[in-house]
Amino acid sequence: MPVDNDTVRRIAFLSRLKVDTDKLEDTKEEFNKILNWVEELSEVNTDNVAPLVSVNNESLALRDDAITAGHNAKEILANAPAQEFGYFVVPKVVE
Amino acid sequence: MTEYVITTEKGKWEIICGLEIHCQIISQSKIFSGASTEFGDDVNENVSFVDAGMPGMLPTLNKECVHQAVKTGLGLNAVINKYSEFSRKNYFYADLPQGYQITQFQYPIVGEGAIDIDLADGTSKTIRIERMHIEQDAGKSIHDMSPTKSFIDLNRAGVGLMEIVTRPDFRSPDEAGAFLKKLRSILRYLGTCDGNMDEGSMRCDVNVSVRPYGSDELRTRCEMKNVNSVKFVMQAIESEAKRHIDVYENGGTITQETRQFDPATQTTKVMRKKEFAHDYRYFPEPDLPPLILSDEFINKIRNELVELPDAKKARFIKELGLTAYDAAVICENKETADFFEKAAKGHDAKKVANWLMGDFFAMLNEKKLELKDSPVSAENLGSLVELITSNVINGKTAKDVFALMAETGENPEKIVEERGLKQVTDTGAIEKLIDDLLASAADNVAAYRGGKVGLFGWFVGQIMKQSQGKANPQVVNALLKKKLG
Repeated sequence: MPVDNDTVRRIAFLSRLKVDTDKLEDTKEEFNKILNWVEELSEVNTDNVAPLVSVNNESLALRDDAITAGHNAKEILANAPAQEFGYFVVPKVVE
Repeated sequence: MTEYVITTEKGKWEIICGLEIHCQIISQSKIFSGASTEFGDDVNENVSFVDAGMPGMLPTLNKECVHQAVKTGLGLNAVINKYSEFSRKNYFYADLPQGYQITQFQYPIVGEGAIDIDLADGTSKTIRIERMHIEQDAGKSIHDMSPTKSFIDLNRAGVGLMEIVTRPDFRSPDEAGAFLKKLRSILRYLGTCDGNMDEGSMRCDVNVSVRPYGSDELRTRCEMKNVNSVKFVMQAIESEAKRHIDVYENGGTITQETRQFDPATQTTKVMRKKEFAHDYRYFPEPDLPPLILSDEFINKIRNELVELPDAKKARFIKELGLTAYDAAVICENKETADFFEKAAKGHDAKKVANWLMGDFFAMLNEKKLELKDSPVSAENLGSLVELITSNVINGKTAKDVFALMAETGENPEKIVEERGLKQVTDTGAIEKLIDDLLASAADNVAAYRGGKVGLFGWFVGQIMKQSQGKANPQVVNALLKKKLG
């Protein structure tokens, strides 16, 4: 199922990635190559095969409820483009 | 049950409402990281690199959160799914550093359940639970510190949440209110969520639609996000239903949208539409394999369950003879129910209930005290009732004794003993008082015997006064009746 330029634009928007108009065609081709490659899987008959959620057959390992992280606000904020009073600061996002 | 119908000049309407409730799980650390869940700590201090969405960091599921979710599911009389999966819900927002929320989508940990709610008219109704899943909370955005900037605190990011989804079974604001109170009571009994809506540890999304009364169609619904008190939920349902009716009666149509309830104006307004907001592109979480629970794990939790409000209420009615109303009030809160049970042990339970809900709560209110800080202990309240039922003191003296107990924290026996408040049941002594009174008030005696029976109360009052309130009123009544003829 090949995608068109509109789909590429939409996915770029949802991912907050900038794709210039002159790159749309190339990106679309790349997407379609990947999709075609994955599409090869449909050659396999999967009737009566349950969907595989994880290749790891183990059940989920559970962690004990203990505080083992935190109290490192400085490190957490180290990569923030902007910070004030210990908060991350972003352009205003109001509903 | 009383039907809730909105009647206008043009017709009659009924409402259809369902709720989604987000409940913060009580645990020490977050659901997928080892950072603390403590509320109110310094900004960004309870954040791990997992919560901050740092590349390469992997989530690990907190056992306690799973335990709490299963416990809650059992408390909601629900199916526990031994197989569940985590999914990624993708959306872009500043307080969600990962760019996705780890939640459960197709295979939630808890399936269908049901809760019975008690309504004001004495009837009850079953509300069906569709599902409950676990997920991570987002951080907190603060918008009012600057006109151009938003401030983000990630302390809440990654705290475990249980999202409970009901069927659209509510037909009135009262039913939704009763449900939230009942749910909060159950969660507090279980100790899985503190249920504080004003602190945001329990948040409610409300779905409302209307239809002509008696029809079975389902019309377009609107959702109101994050309504933060029981009262506001009830107001939001009413106001949104009226808006729908108004639109329909004027020939308009309702479009499905997310709205916000404004408590100040008691109206709802549309939230700015997030473009593509509903394109969440869910897919199975690659960092977490499926969660498989053993029967042993589930049964262990089942065996740990405390007696829940409904069971306790039924027991108080059946074994202790309380009325349904008294039992419901006492059982709403586990601490109150425990206090009552302690106080009632070995004493007249109905009388203890009356004292608890009357003078006792009034005293706590007046002193602005929590139950746990009460100067009157459960044992002492029980002893006070015992002194009344065994006729050591009368009801009027008991009120005074109770006031002294609240003041001094002492036990009632000591107060009665030290202050000589035991009531006089010695008929000889009372008889003497009556004889003296009848001799000194010959006019009133004659008037009474001449037909002014209303004077009887005056005689009783005089004797009680003479005895400084200590005479047993039943004995006084009986003797007076005999002597006045």
